[in-house]
Amino acid sequence: MSLIEVKGLKKNYGDLQAVRGLDLQIEQGEIFSLLGPNGAGKTTTVEILEGFRVRDSGSVSVLGVDPQVKGAESRIWRNRIGIVLQNSADAGDLSVGETVEHFSNYYSNPLDVQHVIDSVGLSEKQGALIRTLSGGQRRRLDVALGIIGNPELLFLDEPTTGFDPQARRAFWSLIQQLRSNGTTILLTTHYLDEAQALADRVAVINHGQIVEISTPTELGGRATAQATVQWRDGAQIKMEKTDNPTTLVTKLSTQFGGEVPELIVTRPSLEDIYLEMIGNPDE
Amino acid sequence: MNKVPSALKIGLRRGSLEIKQFSRQRESVVFTLFFPVILLVIFGSVFQNTIAPGVTFSQYFVAGMIASGLVNTGFQALAITIPMERDVGALKRLRGTPMPASSYFIGKAILIFASMAVQILMLLGFGVLFFGLEMPTEISKWITFTWLVVLGSACSTALGIAFSIVPKSGRGASAVVSPIVIILQFFSGVFFVFTQLPWWMQQVAAIFPLKWLTQGMRSVFLPDSFAAEEVAGSWEIGRTLIILLIWLAIGIYFSVRKFKWDRD
Repeated sequence: MSLIEVKGLKKNYGDLQAVRGLDLQIEQGEIFSLLGPNGAGKTTTVEILEGFRVRDSGSVSVLGVDPQVKGAESRIWRNRIGIVLQNSADAGDLSVGETVEHFSNYYSNPLDVQHVIDSVGLSEKQGALIRTLSGGQRRRLDVALGIIGNPELLFLDEPTTGFDPQARRAFWSLIQQLRSNGTTILLTTHYLDEAQALADRVAVINHGQIVEISTPTELGGRATAQATVQWRDGAQIKMEKTDNPTTLVTKLSTQFGGEVPELIVTRPSLEDIYLEMIGNPDE
Repeated sequence: MNKVPSALKIGLRRGSLEIKQFSRQRESVVFTLFFPVILLVIFGSVFQNTIAPGVTFSQYFVAGMIASGLVNTGFQALAITIPMERDVGALKRLRGTPMPASSYFIGKAILIFASMAVQILMLLGFGVLFFGLEMPTEISKWITFTWLVVLGSACSTALGIAFSIVPKSGRGASAVVSPIVIILQFFSGVFFVFTQLPWWMQQVAAIFPLKWLTQGMRSVFLPDSFAAEEVAGSWEIGRTLIILLIWLAIGIYFSVRKFKWDRD
């Protein structure tokens, strides 16, 4: 059985059909990324999986449990998952160490507090009050609080919004490290390079339905799409679309006697494919 | 292995965390703990008359201030700060953990009780030192005092949590909550002698717990001879207990059934 199983999920807000018959399976140990424009039903879907929202119809199983479970069973279920939400800005008057230590008391088998703080790279900020942290450091604390319970499944919602490039890279390696420890991760993001760098599989959601599920390299037939080869020939930049870029590059190399000047080989980026899939948002 | 910590254990942890957080917010510490003392200084200095033989205004006022402190520190503070916690996503984050709602409520109750204890000690200390406040000597009065503070604090906490559903946002919460509390204070005889208020005001006040807390505190701090001056001609201790218990039940019911963890 899959770690997350969703069948025929539907959710309306009044007349608005936010999610209309969505199917999804996420396997143990993978990083799965949900992509989609604002209003596509992404957040609604994730919040239903997190047990924050009640569905109208369809079946949902997360770790073999219906997220709408209540009472003591809900606590046992939540003991096994971790959630990193968007924009949390609370508890500014507590220190990093105090907060992580406190949250560890909610779980049956928490990870070591010091280990978690070290692994999100906040060791030097352990005694600092939360309100003195930068945006990126705060986000790292959010992740620390999401993983302190040693979750089997981690929800990450737009984790790197507002990060500088260096902080993003560091954050990505933290996420990869979590996965290598066996945590399954459901990542929601606006950044396609983030999905490309992290996700084993991506799902594109639009108008409340799944458009396609694939690996980042194969999405939308990307792996087999025509490549564009570009090079300089004298004063001219030349460009050619081809199904066999290697053959073309070999030919050019012979022609130039070794190095091809300013050679670039590209395939459609994940972003190109994605934009094509979701179409014009103003349609 | 999957035995999650008990709600009470987490609740106690939350209590100490809430106190730690509160004690680091200087403005709210000053406001909550010193404001009643400042009011005592002002009113005690202005009204130096006696209300009845052997009853100074300060004596009467301290009873009212302790009762209204219970409402300010519990109901008012929670009905304003919980919507703020909701705005910044703190409540949603907690909702996503195995922490049960009851632990959150226990934590708040501990915070309110602890700050009430400090507030009352300061008020009584100032009253005795500077305003000739006389402390009760009978054990029975101290017993009444103790259950009034414990029950009043619990009642105020529960109603504050319940009322936190009403304000749409933290920013607007104060504008919704503060007028209610101030009007209730005037109606309930905190600032004025209750029996001198118009009849209809007394009737309205009798619906709400503050009037009963204030009257209960008067039974502790005023001589028994003053009971004859009350509306009912007695302290009505039994009725006070019942009314506070009813309000506590109402508060708990709405807190448990209707509490909002998220903005929408």
